[in-house]
Amino acid sequence: MSHGSIIKIPFGPQHPALKEPVNFLFEVDGETVVNVKPRIGYNHRGIEKAFELRTYTRNIYLAERICGICSDAHTTCYTQAIEELLGVEAPLRARYIRVIIAELERIQSHALWLGLVAHEIGFDTLFMYIWRDRETILDIFEMISGNRIHYAMNTIGGVRRDIHAAMMPKIKKGLDLMEKRVKYYLDVVQTEQTILKRATGVGILKPKDAVDLCAVGPILRASGIKNDVRADDPYAAYNEIPFNVITCDGCDILSRIMVRLEEMLEGVEIARHALDSMPEGVIRVRVPMKVPQGEVVSRVEAPRGELIHYAKSNGTTKPERYKVRSPTLGNIPALCKMLLGGYVADIPIVLAGIDPCFACMDRMAFIDTKKNRKWVLTMPQLRRKYKRKCMQK
Amino acid sequence: MALIKEALKQLFRRPATLKYPYEKLNPPEDFRGRPVWNMKKCIGCGLCFKVCPSGAIEMIGKGLEAEINHYVDRCMFCGQCAETCPKNAIRMSEEYELAEFDRSKMLHKYKRDT
Repeated sequence: MSHGSIIKIPFGPQHPALKEPVNFLFEVDGETVVNVKPRIGYNHRGIEKAFELRTYTRNIYLAERICGICSDAHTTCYTQAIEELLGVEAPLRARYIRVIIAELERIQSHALWLGLVAHEIGFDTLFMYIWRDRETILDIFEMISGNRIHYAMNTIGGVRRDIHAAMMPKIKKGLDLMEKRVKYYLDVVQTEQTILKRATGVGILKPKDAVDLCAVGPILRASGIKNDVRADDPYAAYNEIPFNVITCDGCDILSRIMVRLEEMLEGVEIARHALDSMPEGVIRVRVPMKVPQGEVVSRVEAPRGELIHYAKSNGTTKPERYKVRSPTLGNIPALCKMLLGGYVADIPIVLAGIDPCFACMDRMAFIDTKKNRKWVLTMPQLRRKYKRKCMQK
Repeated sequence: MALIKEALKQLFRRPATLKYPYEKLNPPEDFRGRPVWNMKKCIGCGLCFKVCPSGAIEMIGKGLEAEINHYVDRCMFCGQCAETCPKNAIRMSEEYELAEFDRSKMLHKYKRDT
């Protein structure tokens, strides 16, 4: 029903539904969203420039700090890129350890996300229980790597710490517990009316739109498209481990919850298989400080979707150019599509549905495509220009 | 309805949280806490200072007379210094309560005993 007048509602950068600053301008007609204008860039941290100023070893830890929750995905992507430039390959055991860490990370990231979704729909009991169970995985991480969130496991040429036989029983026990809990949550999600009523048919993204708008990760898979970097372009040891790519054709929030829960179960299976079939051997090879000239693109399936890193080296100890495309950026056009035609009250849950990580995303330069012109202004010039503008006003 | 059973069960269980700071968990064996230098082993090669991603390590002097300043407020506990050290003079300790109101208290100086 049209009410005749369109009202513009700014949403963010500070808003209770947002964990990080981002701004959306919603044009609403009554209760229906008719237009969405995203504005990103509040979290720009200059990471890509910082990459160019640091040596390759120091950049591992910088890459890790692009994102807190998918810290391992970023370092895997970074080390893979640099290993390819160097022409070395990580030993098989190291690649298996990378898979284990990546899958454990996927489990904890999806658990975190499910808790946030439960919180967003006002179901805080579920949120608390899921986050309690997530601690199991974080404790395993603390035991393996020495830290709960920033594992610092990857290094150029392998991994830094081994998974000893003494750790195995504890990891397997944690995985068993997690499997039991995830199965229980799958049951809860499918039967609990609070979730079903709030998540069914909300934030619809048709398969064709998902492909057209380049959605990535669980969003794309929840629209029924089978797409996963782990299967399509296997990295680490994924080519040696059998696993299923989870899809669901509900296209709504509920199917996104289902895809992620099923992926957690699949992650438990992958981690178990990798723990059992991990070969003996060295975990890292030594690499030189200087990286030969070249360009490389590396892809990794982060918990939130496809992550792309690009590196250009010039034969020194520092990269010449580094570029990161995080999965959240890929999902922003799809997010705008999902919000269109929905209710204002559904905005927080649809937003949370893409598992946004705005801090990872904000590092782009805006280019004036209309004028297609490039120019450089020095700081004094810039100051003069804006001073003039201010004085005219 | 499935969650009501769980919530009722939880009533009779111990809380999942600890009453920090009265109760504390013991950090695991390989925990990455504050790095500690053993100046008897240190040869002053300066590798830790060169690899430190956050510039938390400062080296004063050269070689066997070198002294180390470690700024805990800049440190991100990655453990790269401990890994790089050729003499294993750096150990990641289990200390984790490192916040202070005064930044000068967060500077740890390691000097040579003469």
